[in-house]
Amino acid sequence: MAKIVHKFTRDVPHWQPRVTPVNLEEATEAQLEALQVTPSNTKVSDYVLTLAHDVESLKVRSPLFNAIMYDKGGLGRAGREIGALAASMVNRCVYCAAVHAARHAQLEKSTELTDKLFEKGADADLDPRDRAIFDFARKLSDCPSQADADDMQALRDAGLDEDEILDLILSASLFGWANRLMHVLGDPVRTEVDA
Amino acid sequence: MSDIWTTTAVAAGGATEGGPASGAVGLRAKVMEMTRTAEDAVLAPADPGAWPHDLRAALAVRIARLNAAGDVAVRYAARMQGDEFAALADPAETGAALGLSHVVTFMDKVAARPRDIAAGDISALQAAGVADADIVRLCELNAFLAYQLRLIAGLKLMTGAA
Repeated sequence: MAKIVHKFTRDVPHWQPRVTPVNLEEATEAQLEALQVTPSNTKVSDYVLTLAHDVESLKVRSPLFNAIMYDKGGLGRAGREIGALAASMVNRCVYCAAVHAARHAQLEKSTELTDKLFEKGADADLDPRDRAIFDFARKLSDCPSQADADDMQALRDAGLDEDEILDLILSASLFGWANRLMHVLGDPVRTEVDA
Repeated sequence: MSDIWTTTAVAAGGATEGGPASGAVGLRAKVMEMTRTAEDAVLAPADPGAWPHDLRAALAVRIARLNAAGDVAVRYAARMQGDEFAALADPAETGAALGLSHVVTFMDKVAARPRDIAAGDISALQAAGVADADIVRLCELNAFLAYQLRLIAGLKLMTGAA
């Protein structure tokens, strides 16, 4: 029986859609193209099949996500993951938070930062650079954004240059997008094996 | 590459060629270009499903206002061709007169309080007769706007336009 996961975790849950995903066998040509289904690649997640209901958005989504999270230069990958995680914590997207906390831990070869954040949230004791990055992303994720000139100055004081700051803005903003799909269209679940 | 300086995100964020933050924006030109493509995909899609372009524009204006981004609201409002859905641009309007209160309630909650969304919010749309594909379309519109409005808010802090 599948149980909904409500607590933040690095152990990535399964994502269960609240709407019916597109049936691959009934997909239109445009959907197949956006899904990048080829004879050698027929494995598509329920999440992507759900997004295939809006094929025009799906088509631009993957290249945009990859560019913001992985393109060279600017903020290092771990910093971008903190941006993604801060947004996911504000929006309580347990699934996205798990994926990006796990990636951060993997990149840094340490669970220290994500342990602290999951335990204490915004009150976690972080080093000055992580503190400035997390606080800015957290405040930018509110509606309306609560980030102000002091938060921007804190990033500069922590040593971030303009390229790094824009990358942080992009990763936190991108998860304002991702969270509103993942957290709204489905549930993070864990299958419990009955004894 | 076409002119990234005229895209909604870059222009509303106050970045101009050679001005503050322009080096960083230039480094991410591809991202800004794709952001424009994504904006067109949600505000003027070839297949709008149940949500005409004017309804999407009105909801975008509304959500920009919920985000205290009046200047961006003006940019989205410029996309409206007629006034059928214009009333929805006002965050105080419930949508009841247009038979769209279920859509407005959902969009406001996803925009402003996404953390409170639960399965019941989706089943309420389904009970009101909204097809699954159209639920996904609403979410994509809302999700993109969340991204673009935050990108603009952040850029404004970088450029000093805030």
